[in-house]
Amino acid sequence: MAHVVDIAQVQTHGAGHDAGHGHADHPPTSTGLDHRKLLMWAFLANDCMFFGALIATYMIYRGRAESVGTGPFPSEILDIPYTSVSAFVLLMSSLTMVLALAALQKGDLRGSRIWILATALLGTIFIGGQYFEFTEFYHEGLSLQTNMFGATFFTLTGFHGFHVTIGVIWLLTMLFVSLRGGLKQEDSLDLEITGLYWHFVDIVWIVIFTLVYLIPYEEVESAEPAEHARHVFDVGQRLVGVVF
Amino acid sequence: MAHDSSVMQAGPGTKPGSDHAVDQHEEHPGERVYINVAIILAVVTLLEVVIYYVDAISGILVPTLIIMSLAKFVTVVGYFMHLKYDDRRFSYIFSAGLITAVAVFVAVAVMQAYEHVVEFFTAASPF
Repeated sequence: MAHVVDIAQVQTHGAGHDAGHGHADHPPTSTGLDHRKLLMWAFLANDCMFFGALIATYMIYRGRAESVGTGPFPSEILDIPYTSVSAFVLLMSSLTMVLALAALQKGDLRGSRIWILATALLGTIFIGGQYFEFTEFYHEGLSLQTNMFGATFFTLTGFHGFHVTIGVIWLLTMLFVSLRGGLKQEDSLDLEITGLYWHFVDIVWIVIFTLVYLIPYEEVESAEPAEHARHVFDVGQRLVGVVF
Repeated sequence: MAHDSSVMQAGPGTKPGSDHAVDQHEEHPGERVYINVAIILAVVTLLEVVIYYVDAISGILVPTLIIMSLAKFVTVVGYFMHLKYDDRRFSYIFSAGLITAVAVFVAVAVMQAYEHVVEFFTAASPF
């Protein structure tokens, strides 16, 4: 009997508890979960594999391939204090993001707009910092084609920066929608999904910050490159030449 | 799991519609918790940078940094992304991607570390 009651509630209450975050008039779902949130988690799981592959590639050739190609090498060029500030900025943007969601869930539209704007601003500061870092590295002679470090570093952090850029555009879109009156308390799931994406780019940076920046690099002494690293680097250089 | 998104767990007295939203939002941590978590994350980040410059612990620097990074990762996912409070199926989906990513990383690392073994099998392969 209890089961019958539960099924009836599924049909009565639309997409159920989770949909309760958002519109109450959503059609029922077979899982009882809102499909948009389910889809976002599936996307994030997929993005985990994407960044996992990039991070794995970076780590595999970390240290082993530094002697392939010319400098500059990571121990000579990475600026830990500067990147620490960037990491802190992105971390704080996660706080402003959850505060925006909390405000919207309480019906505080003005507060949610302020926090969304703050999140977008912090994200923009992070991207600006990354642009400055890339420019500095390039002026010091590091590019995608310089050495294995340049190739894997720019690919990994560049894709992360691209994700942050998408996040900022998404946040500004949500702000625009909110200002037009399209983001109300009952739409909080929309902002929660945006937040899931934003927090994901934050956790990816937590990993990158540690593995790429903080774990110390050995000084480049030997000019004897590993044979496989030389081969991979040559192939990569040819591919970059074809693409660009 | 403080609350479950599954409707099957809703009791007969549960009110329909937007009341679900209110019930569920009360289950999420409040601003105070978010700010406390952010302070902890900021302190851990600061410690990460500080120990980077401390020569005395250089022997255990790498595992320490990885543990701190892992702690920050889990905290953000649990509190800011609400996985600690959300339906467990979201955790399963995310974990599947995460475990696959880690498994690929480990597999590639092992292949690199035992390159001669891989080459042996590759040479012996008829393909």
